Amino acid sequence: MKKVLVLGATSAIAQATVRLLAARGASLYLVGRNAANLEAVAQDATTRGAAKVAAQAVDLNDFSAHEAMVDAAYTALGGLDGVVLAHGVLGDQAEAQKSWAATETVLRTNFLSAVSLLTVLANRFEAQKAGTLVVISSVAGDRGRQSNYVYGASKGALNVFLQGLRNRLAKSGVAVVTVKPGFVDTPMTAHLPKNKLFASPDKVARGLLSAADARKNEVYVPGIWALIMLIIRTIPETVFKRMKL
Amino acid sequence: MKALESWGRYPRVEQRTQPLVWRTDALPRPGGTLLPHGLGRSYGDSCLNEGGTLLLTSGLDRLISFDTATGVVRCEAGVTLDTLLRLAAPRGWFLPVTPGTKFVTVGGALANDVHGKNHHRGGTFGRYVRRFELVRSDGSRRVCAPDENPDWYGATIGGLGLTGLVTWAEVQLKPISNPYVLQETVPFGNLDEFLVVARESETDYEFTMAWVDCLARGKKLGRGLLYRGNFAPPQFDGLPLAKSHLSHGSGLAVPMDMPAFCLNRLSVSAFNWLYYHRQNGKPKQRLTHYDPFFYPLDAIYGWNRIYGKRGFLQFQCVVPYTTARDALAEILERSSRGGLPSFLSVLKTFGDLPSPGWMSFPRQGVTLAMDFANRGEKTWRLVEELDKVTREAGGAVYPAKDARMSPESFAAYFPRREEFSRYLDPAFSSSFWRRVNPVALPFSLESERGPAASRPQSLLAIR
Ligand SMILES: Cc1cc2nc3c(=O)[nH]c(=O)nc-3n(C[C@H](O)[C@H](O)[C@H](O)COP(=O)(O)OP(=O)(O)OC[C@H]3O[C@@H](n4cnc5c(N)ncnc54)[C@H](O)[C@@H]3O)c2cc1C
Repeated sequence: MKKVLVLGATSAIAQATVRLLAARGASLYLVGRNAANLEAVAQDATTRGAAKVAAQAVDLNDFSAHEAMVDAAYTALGGLDGVVLAHGVLGDQAEAQKSWAATETVLRTNFLSAVSLLTVLANRFEAQKAGTLVVISSVAGDRGRQSNYVYGASKGALNVFLQGLRNRLAKSGVAVVTVKPGFVDTPMTAHLPKNKLFASPDKVARGLLSAADARKNEVYVPGIWALIMLIIRTIPETVFKRMKL
Repeated sequence: MKALESWGRYPRVEQRTQPLVWRTDALPRPGGTLLPHGLGRSYGDSCLNEGGTLLLTSGLDRLISFDTATGVVRCEAGVTLDTLLRLAAPRGWFLPVTPGTKFVTVGGALANDVHGKNHHRGGTFGRYVRRFELVRSDGSRRVCAPDENPDWYGATIGGLGLTGLVTWAEVQLKPISNPYVLQETVPFGNLDEFLVVARESETDYEFTMAWVDCLARGKKLGRGLLYRGNFAPPQFDGLPLAKSHLSHGSGLAVPMDMPAFCLNRLSVSAFNWLYYHRQNGKPKQRLTHYDPFFYPLDAIYGWNRIYGKRGFLQFQCVVPYTTARDALAEILERSSRGGLPSFLSVLKTFGDLPSPGWMSFPRQGVTLAMDFANRGEKTWRLVEELDKVTREAGGAVYPAKDARMSPESFAAYFPRREEFSRYLDPAFSSSFWRRVNPVALPFSLESERGPAASRPQSLLAIR
């Protein structure tokens, strides 16, 4: 990935990924909601050695802006060969249970906006017969649990969408990489008590980039989550529904 | 509330933490007092805020700009010196001043106005801080520079994090021709010899510092090894390079808290004897990568754990040349007589270059730093005695390394503290500040701290 569009560039995992890409001398088009924060990330990337950095403040929940934003990225970098889709919200499960509006926000941000963006981007990459689409999903999409099934459902739906997209784009030489981080120590999880399973954004970013370089399909980062989720997926539903997870 | 400790692992105090994420964000107001906290590489309680909140700056770790032609770097305050070195060294620039560990933040280096092995040539870190932004709890933001808000500039450099939060700073780096240092090790037989060879070395060497065998007594009191060096010239062919010096850090780690008996008089004196005699009395030259030269301790991650759970007290003083010989002899005498070995003792000379910081610790003279395992009462009494000697010699003790100096000592060491006090942020405070200013509290201590049981009761008695 030499010319990369980063969606949700001010998120902790995206920032860590931007640093690694910048150090490799990549060109970057950074998209986020807050202009001042985006500027800080852009300056950091430039100083760390990115060949070119452009940034645009966009609310990605405004789907009508997607097409023009992708056009702008193509123009600014003179093409694109990579996308890192990193925007998303954790939401509040209790809130979502009470209100459809809260549920809808999670589904719009994590699933629908990703689908809208990937519809535009997949067609371009299919036409140019090259590129890597990296999407940050979550282990939470592997199985619904009472503590976060709305968030989990948004990521689970995303995973199925990505499987289909991967299947469709395989013949065009376009890679679709689903990245499933476990717990990550970021501002998104600042309120949660931390344990040994929490990984740093930097560690997740390294895992993400090596998966993208190798054009992997689905990866768990850190790898230990492949085992944990294997176990969690294997528990029979009759037992699972009585568990407190 | 979480129990947190600083690098010396003493004291361990309860406080809240609040991570900072963006430099343009408003200061959080969780109630109680605030204190910025970098990487906690200060030894005592100056980076702790018992009962209050620590503003963790590690998320403010973005670079803003680096001009490779002039060597001016601008970055957020939580950026580490390690990050700056990785950025600058390959491009021919180096930190103008660096402490003995690169795992400190730019904000922490600014707030303690740190010194390095080149103080006699370069002065302190603050001299190279061209400008920075200071955010106060009233919501104000000011850019501070020698010619812009100069009073805030002078109060905040060396200001122990008490004047507000530094969000970003601009630092002038210095050019180097390569990342290698040509180093010479010179043994000295006692304190007098040290004073001679240290002064002599100042003219030809940019970097100097000495390790002292703090258990040697009598005629050998203050013997040790002086390390002096300069960045190597562009061509250094002909001198062999050890492979290990081409890479960074050995990656060794102290796996657990070491039991206290590992560090006793016998093991320390055996180590010191071996270390001194390895040198067999002759100066030795070698070429070394900057990493092991400046940061030998960083190669052993978590070395502070060798002192065990009770931690250690560090004592670093500076005394003027006029009284240095006698005062240092007395300090070395007392610590070796006290039967409490200091594992690592370091001597260095400070030059007369002034710092812009009002509360800066370095001043012309000789500085001595010692680590003492915390053995309770006995250790406290010894260190208090060393403090007394320092005071009488007209010297000063370094707040960044302190967990126990008395309010009277603090007042004696920092004559500009009244002037400084007018620039304190009313919402900011630290455990250190409350300890050395027991009367002039900007808020109610009891309401914040709760029962004051965590400190040894006899401390006040010692004073
Ligand atoms: C192995 C070792 C060797 C050392 N060698 C030396 C040496 O040679 N010379 C020397 O001078 N020191 C030395 N030190 C001490 C160390 O350099 C200082 O204590 C340094 O200030 C620690 O930086 P930090 O980022 O860990 O900050 P902390 O220890 O977390 O905080 C230090 C102070 O800075 C303030 N602060 C931090 N960030 C900000 C901010 N953004 N805005 C305002 N205030 C802020 C804090 O409130 C606190 O008062 C050494 C320490 C170690 C562990």
